Amino acid sequence: MTYLTKVLLALLLAAMLATPFVLRKIYHEERLAKADTSTALDRYGFYFEEVARVSGVDFVHTAPTLDSKLDHIMPQIASMGAGVAVSDFDRDGWPDFYLTNSGEDSLNALYRNNSDGTFSDVASELGVANVNGRETGVSMGAIWGDYDNDGFEDLFVYKWGKPELFHNDAGKGFTRTTDTAHFPDWINANTALWFDYDRDGLLDLFIGGYFRENLNLWKLETTEIMPESFEYASNGGRKYLYRNLGAGRFEEVSERMGIKSNRWALAVGAADLRGTGYPDLFIANDYGVSELFFNERGTRFLDVGATTGVGFAPKSGMNVSFGDVMNTGGQSIYVSNISEQGVLLQGNNLWMPRAGAASEDLKFDNVASNFNVELGGWSWGAQFADLNNDGNLDLFLTNGYVSLEPGSNYWYDFSKVTIGNNTIIGDAKNWAPMDNRSLSGYQSKRVWLNDGAGRFSDVAPVVGVTETYDGRGVAVVDLWNRGVMDVIVANQRAPVLIYKNTVRPENKWIGFELEGSASNRSAIGTQVIAFWNGQQQVKEIHGGIGFCAQNDRRVYFGFGKTDKVDKIVIRWASGNTQTLLAPELNKIHKIIEEART
Amino acid sequence: MNAGTTDIADIKMNPESPDRLPSKILGLDARFIAPILITLILLVGQLSFGILESYPKTVLAILTAIALELVLGKVISGKLPHLASAYISGISVGILIRSPFLWPFALCAAISIVSKYVLRWRGRHLWNPSNFGVAAMLFLAPWAVASLSIQWGNNIWPMLAIWVLGSIIIYSLRRFHITLTYVIAFLAFSFLRSQFTGHSFLAEVAPITGPMYQLFIFFMITDPKTTVRSSKWAQCVVAFLVAAVECVLRLGEYVHAPYYALFLVGPITNVIDIWWLSGRTNSSRDEVATAAS
Repeated sequence: MTYLTKVLLALLLAAMLATPFVLRKIYHEERLAKADTSTALDRYGFYFEEVARVSGVDFVHTAPTLDSKLDHIMPQIASMGAGVAVSDFDRDGWPDFYLTNSGEDSLNALYRNNSDGTFSDVASELGVANVNGRETGVSMGAIWGDYDNDGFEDLFVYKWGKPELFHNDAGKGFTRTTDTAHFPDWINANTALWFDYDRDGLLDLFIGGYFRENLNLWKLETTEIMPESFEYASNGGRKYLYRNLGAGRFEEVSERMGIKSNRWALAVGAADLRGTGYPDLFIANDYGVSELFFNERGTRFLDVGATTGVGFAPKSGMNVSFGDVMNTGGQSIYVSNISEQGVLLQGNNLWMPRAGAASEDLKFDNVASNFNVELGGWSWGAQFADLNNDGNLDLFLTNGYVSLEPGSNYWYDFSKVTIGNNTIIGDAKNWAPMDNRSLSGYQSKRVWLNDGAGRFSDVAPVVGVTETYDGRGVAVVDLWNRGVMDVIVANQRAPVLIYKNTVRPENKWIGFELEGSASNRSAIGTQVIAFWNGQQQVKEIHGGIGFCAQNDRRVYFGFGKTDKVDKIVIRWASGNTQTLLAPELNKIHKIIEEART
Repeated sequence: MNAGTTDIADIKMNPESPDRLPSKILGLDARFIAPILITLILLVGQLSFGILESYPKTVLAILTAIALELVLGKVISGKLPHLASAYISGISVGILIRSPFLWPFALCAAISIVSKYVLRWRGRHLWNPSNFGVAAMLFLAPWAVASLSIQWGNNIWPMLAIWVLGSIIIYSLRRFHITLTYVIAFLAFSFLRSQFTGHSFLAEVAPITGPMYQLFIFFMITDPKTTVRSSKWAQCVVAFLVAAVECVLRLGEYVHAPYYALFLVGPITNVIDIWWLSGRTNSSRDEVATAAS
């Protein structure tokens, strides 16, 4: 080798070693600085103000204290349970919301909207507060759905413990109907949803187990309760599918319907992904692959996770939300995972349906990196919503696992065990003590603004989202009937946050409050498609979406400065279709399902 | 065995050298054994558990390594090199690093290959190429790169099969003493760490049960081109030192301790080895010259 060759090669190696620094400049999105509201409004068309306390919401989530055998890793085990579910339970036209708590003897809260900008907790008064205890378990989340079609949304609370069903008595109180429903005595559930999988007009119920159902986490006989693998575990809780038989009775049909899984479910979503008129089911699993089940016209669910592409690479799924991010009429699926610099870069997934494929051959591609919604942190709840009413769906994401001693870090000891064989990782006693150390704590939330051309930018600090509590459930809702999407964030072991949205007034919007007749009365599973300016956007009403969350059942669209919308098509859950031509903008339309057209 | 190094056949060894390798194993050219084993590991992992984040990333790493090896080999030595070594480098990078981006796979493979042409002393390269590339990426680009840090599956049998198969092949390549020394040292240091930290012994042992270590133990620390050649005992001492430095780094809570340990120990011991061997060669020459005169 000549001297010149040596020098050139050395320079080449030096250039290569310097490349990461150059690329960091290109890839790294500088965290934007805080800005005043007028700057945010001018730059992005909206801003948030955190108004929980001034609105009368002083709820603070508490975590349970489980069996003492888990003391050394208690913060990471008791790390879930802050959920939020929105519903206008008293049908006064103003959305209310239910918050779950998880400390033993802690109270859940039902905040009634006083329609004057404030809220009052009426949970105790109405009988849905006191559901948490050592003997019956503690809440992980809740969902609203009118299971008996009486016009009032009923409440299902899923727990690490006995699930509870409360019938809504015309908005004046709740009656516990758990025993009629014949649910199991104990499920360690972290997700559930209402949906009408067989289109019989009655809402059915899916419940996803996390820990095995035979474990009482307050009375452990063994410490072998952990996942058998960090990304390939199938020793979690089972899944339940309850078919609604009417009159408050349910029949468990999961196995008969083809849903048999013991993965560690953390989130579930249902949406008609193929245009069949029947809701498909997507489960985001911790410690493993996601699962997608195609609904075969209400007769059976087909496990298509691997063949559709969403269920091959295992990660740590913690959220499912659907959004038509490119205004094409197709719903993409957002799944949150773990990303920790230098240790574990799973990246979140944005599964976009491949264009042109027939419904039976539907495949998805992960476009999270291209769309810049891949790296959030230790990510939890996320929701799509048009935050500035410009016609594009934006994305609100919470992050952060366990925030304890600031500056401390449990990651080394965590990763030491998570790489271990199942006999090691599966036994809690092998896990190193946390000793008050944080694990991906104090992480910022992301408010990713969609430019409509396939690129999202994080504008969180500019628009006023700066809190770093360990976020869990996120719900989007027009809390004050102003045609804008406010955001409620339920935080683990921390106060709930309410981000009140202010949007540039010239941006147009439309809202729909739907009531099914042939469909379930909650209209869950109904799709609304807006057509304007040569584009279309589809939205669907969900009976639970995100992580331990449920959004406003009302459907909203933003249109920017557009003055006219061509039409709105409503595909009811029953299969009926209704079309509204050039509906009035800047108004919430109340629509009742018409007879079959 | 080598992990992204040059050709095993290139090693000019005297019959007494601990690096003397058989030319054929099971009727196959010894140079193909390592690529076959690592490909087997990859295929089993991918087909059983889908271990790869994506095929394009691994393919990119392999193609980058092979292309650079061809170009540099031709430019520098004037002949096309045997590609087994570059293939192993590429596939090791494709398995060992994790990133949501494509470019780290190409860059890591490229750094690995170029490093062995640049970082040399007296005709020998000092760092194991894959180790150099992976360690550099983990250190310089933690925002974009992590290392393989999970189990493949939840079943112990695939892991045992790879350990047994790997051990047999390593034994036939006469380098099992290096692997064995490292494993014993790792277990001993795990015990020491558990005493020091108060954590369970199994928690400290856990990392070595992961697939990352299967590649580390069978392909990196046994690499003939970057292990010392003085004697088998010297090789065992180096393996022990790698485990010892790794133990210290682990006590400092460095997640990528094994890569950094080999990165630190490898070149130092190689320099000492080269110096020691050249001294012996010189004194032999002197003796021959004296005898001749």
